[in-house]
Amino acid sequence: MDFDLMITSFPKLLGATVVTLKLLSASLFFGLFLGLFFAILRLNKNIFINKFAYGYSYIFRGTPLLVQIFIIYFGLGQIEYLRTTFLWVILKEPYWCAIIAFTLNTGAYTSEILRSAFQTIKPGIIEAGKSLGISNKIIFYKIQIPIAIRQSLPAYGNEIILMMKGTSLASTVTLMDLTGVAKYIISTTFKPIEVFIVAGGIYLFMTFIIHNVIKYLEKKYSFQQ
Amino acid sequence: MELLAFGKTGWGDELFYATLMTVAVSITAMLVGFFFALIFTPLKLSKYKTLNLVGNFYTTVIRGVPELLVIYLFFFGGSGAIMYVASIFGYYEYIEINAFITGSMAIGIISGAYSTEVFRGAIQSIDKGQFEAAKVLGINKFVQFYKIILPQMLRLAIPNLSNVWQITLKDTSLISVTGLVEIMRQSYIAAGSTRDPLFFYSLAAVLYLLLTYISMKLINKLEVKYSKGY
Repeated sequence: MDFDLMITSFPKLLGATVVTLKLLSASLFFGLFLGLFFAILRLNKNIFINKFAYGYSYIFRGTPLLVQIFIIYFGLGQIEYLRTTFLWVILKEPYWCAIIAFTLNTGAYTSEILRSAFQTIKPGIIEAGKSLGISNKIIFYKIQIPIAIRQSLPAYGNEIILMMKGTSLASTVTLMDLTGVAKYIISTTFKPIEVFIVAGGIYLFMTFIIHNVIKYLEKKYSFQQ
Repeated sequence: MELLAFGKTGWGDELFYATLMTVAVSITAMLVGFFFALIFTPLKLSKYKTLNLVGNFYTTVIRGVPELLVIYLFFFGGSGAIMYVASIFGYYEYIEINAFITGSMAIGIISGAYSTEVFRGAIQSIDKGQFEAAKVLGINKFVQFYKIILPQMLRLAIPNLSNVWQITLKDTSLISVTGLVEIMRQSYIAAGSTRDPLFFYSLAAVLYLLLTYISMKLINKLEVKYSKGY
């Protein structure tokens, strides 16, 4: 065991953790909206809209995240037309490509989580709202969404942790996130175990915090106080 | 379509073999995972606190750390570890393990953590009466497990195991960083030499979709088979 290496690499890895957290928070933020949007489309009765939303989630859940990042980062740059538009400003940056890929990926999973949460809401609750003369819009925002959030918290907590692990793939498109820096240190010092312990420890610490925050929220929003 | 021709002119046969490689790695990793689950599930269900701790340590660490980091650990540390063990037995030559073994071991250990959780959940959801009834009838532990618990457990575990299989299949794409020529690596090579990354990566996505689609169909059949009588 090379403890000196562990101590010297710790600040470097901690600095890289900031990149990981930035990627994670940005993609979760955009992904939540995208997921909500597609969950609502899934509940639409129009078969085409429904199928479109299903196709989106099927494709993004059925292919590895690595493929999605590579298509966006290496693939889209190949289209000549895209290079002339303002989109190119975003797509030439690996940072934004990674965020786009993560957003699309987590959006697909989130849409499934939210859809099943909406579907488990008892029809009686919606009927009760209607019989009280509450408008459909308010039923949706004030009754369905809060219940759906409560229902989907445990699954969404898992999704956050999966996404945190997913951000490690940003290192494959030259971003120096926690895994990227860990790999760099490993390949220069050839001490994989020490670096793994430090980097893995940081990841586990983040998992631990996310897990407990979700647990706290679950308790806070549960029906039985 | 010329790009996909079989033989020397196109990438068809290369991609075909790469797909077979992905399937082979996934299956090997899944089996390695079952092996780990077989060790760690009893530990997690054990009465002893220390054994519980070992089981929980395994599943928590593996499920909390990115797959890529585990693969890097195996890729850079694998041959070092083997050489260290060999040096104890007095063998000091350089040992290189091939990418297939490193890859399927790394993915297998990850998949094993998920399988362990699935098996633990399935065993815990079997009615306690079943264990008690077996005990009352004087059936020994071994027969109890293989003839009573396992068949019931499989029925409960198959839907979740199909998720583990999907995760494992998708995780194999990460082995491409170690140089094993599976779908992702082959697409990378093809994209590099033809300068057509969009086409080849999209094709890789289609191949993965095809694999997940076919495996879902097969698993559904298994599910029907094991839930006979329910």
